[in-house]
Amino acid sequence: MAAMLSFFQQIGSKAFLSLARLGRAHIFLLRTFGALPSLWGEFRLVIAQLFSVGVATVQIIAISGLTVGMVLGLQGYTTLVDFGAEDSLGQMVALSLLRELGPVLTAILFAGRAGSALTAEIGLMKVTEQLPAMEIMAVDPFKRVIAPRFIAGFISMPLLAAMFSALGIIGGYIVGVGLVGVDDGAFWSQMQAKVDFYDDIMNGVIKSVVFGVVATWIAVYEGYEATPTTEGVAKATTRTVVHTAFAVLGLDFILTALMFGGL
Amino acid sequence: MTEIETSQELLVRMEGLKFSHGNRVILDGINIDIPKGKVTTIMGPSGTGKTTVLRLITGQLTPSAGCVMVEGQEVAGLNRSALYALRKKMGMMFQSGALFSDLSVFENVAFPIREHTDLPESMIRDLVLIKLEAVGLRGAKSLLPAELSGGMARRVALARAVALDPMMVMYDEPFTGQDPITVGVIMKLIRTLNDSLGLTSILVSHDVAEVSQISDYLYVMSGGKVVEKGSPEVLQNSDSPWVQQFLNGLPDGPARFHYPAIDLADEMLSE
Ligand SMILES: Nc1ncnc2c1ncn2[C@@H]1O[C@H](COP(=O)(O)OP(=O)(O)OP(=O)(O)O)[C@@H](O)[C@H]1O
Ligand SMILES: [Mg+2]
Repeated sequence: MAAMLSFFQQIGSKAFLSLARLGRAHIFLLRTFGALPSLWGEFRLVIAQLFSVGVATVQIIAISGLTVGMVLGLQGYTTLVDFGAEDSLGQMVALSLLRELGPVLTAILFAGRAGSALTAEIGLMKVTEQLPAMEIMAVDPFKRVIAPRFIAGFISMPLLAAMFSALGIIGGYIVGVGLVGVDDGAFWSQMQAKVDFYDDIMNGVIKSVVFGVVATWIAVYEGYEATPTTEGVAKATTRTVVHTAFAVLGLDFILTALMFGGL
Repeated sequence: MTEIETSQELLVRMEGLKFSHGNRVILDGINIDIPKGKVTTIMGPSGTGKTTVLRLITGQLTPSAGCVMVEGQEVAGLNRSALYALRKKMGMMFQSGALFSDLSVFENVAFPIREHTDLPESMIRDLVLIKLEAVGLRGAKSLLPAELSGGMARRVALARAVALDPMMVMYDEPFTGQDPITVGVIMKLIRTLNDSLGLTSILVSHDVAEVSQISDYLYVMSGGKVVEKGSPEVLQNSDSPWVQQFLNGLPDGPARFHYPAIDLADEMLSE
């Protein structure tokens, strides 16, 4: 009985701590929003972060996009050819990438490449007392450190997702048309006919904007809240990647249900 | 104990200040007065809470009881903008240096100037070079913090702390890790800055001989309390066992070298 009570107590205290953490994360987000106007005129800070957050991720996104597109082309062809529908390969590759794989995989790769780096960087600034030093100099770290990184992530994500999808389509084309022999004209015309600007492209963009906010939010928050020790920063970095993956996959389901119906 | 003359104008007052980390009491009701325009030193064994006192003065930590008054304002009661307004008048040299790792030495010192003034670039450059010259590191201006030794990093931190000529400067162990020549230069620098610019300086240090030379007042802390205070001469002649132990570096006495623990023999036998 006592063991059971303490079991429930533990669940209760875990839930309470998670709730408190969620609350702090939201206060953190509000403070970040509050610091955004101060970036006006400080584009230098944002551009520096765009470079380290966005540009550094381009390589992994490009390679992943291309290979995912090539696999889609191959797998799609083997299925479609049974129905004699291999001309629709272009449509299939484009829709899978634009609606789902582009935004979702980009966000997860982003967490692994840029998000973890953001968390580690901010966490280490805390360990080495750079954040307290900034506060003592009456400079708000939210304005100097958090907000520029947040905006950079927010801007980068949709662009990276677009790149992922574009390269994925090229990858599908290389395999589909170049390797297995789908008709060149059919590949593009089917795609052009069946991909809708609002339903497919814009919904994909909305997804990647949402994922951009969430992934960057988690990354900068985990860094800011990290226990200021080497171990604390290591744990925070892992949490960034894991939490982002869960958050993105969960949100993707909700957004898909809302956008493409069914629920 | 001699009182610091009450006629003196005080910049900082700490009254009945208490602070704990969890269940561990760090400060157990201390009173420290920092007179304007003087160099006041806080001494004490490692881990007694000297850095904690500085954190309370700058409002990084909130006391669990008692209060810290700076310029007549209670620090813990200030909102963010009032606290930042107060901090603009403070400079602090961190024990660890706390330099911004992505900025060069020059940019580190220029940082507070750029943030809080609209001076033209040429003037910022002159100001920074003067400060770097004072700590002997003008030649190192384009190095990154990772390329500095510990002592050099601390000197850059010192230059940054005084970059804006603040009303009050706090130095957390500025002599640690410096060679004797640099110690002499930094001592002179702290005293000169204090007198020529009319600053108020708070120094945290273990270096008894050095601080006795440049301080106007000394506080000795131990076990979360202030155990002695007064001018250097008064302390030298104090018959308090605390002070004698500390000034003469004796391992045994009222101040304990060991972090609280059970007896060593007991601990070894308890295996
Ligand atoms: N975050 C923390 N959590 C728990 N205890 C802490 C924390 N920070 C400091 N302490 C404890 O507070 C005490 C005072 O620390 P503080 O840094 O003020 O000491 P100090 O007098 O500056 O020592 P030193 O001369 O070695 O720099 C130490 O004993 C330390 O164990
Ligand atoms: Mg200390």
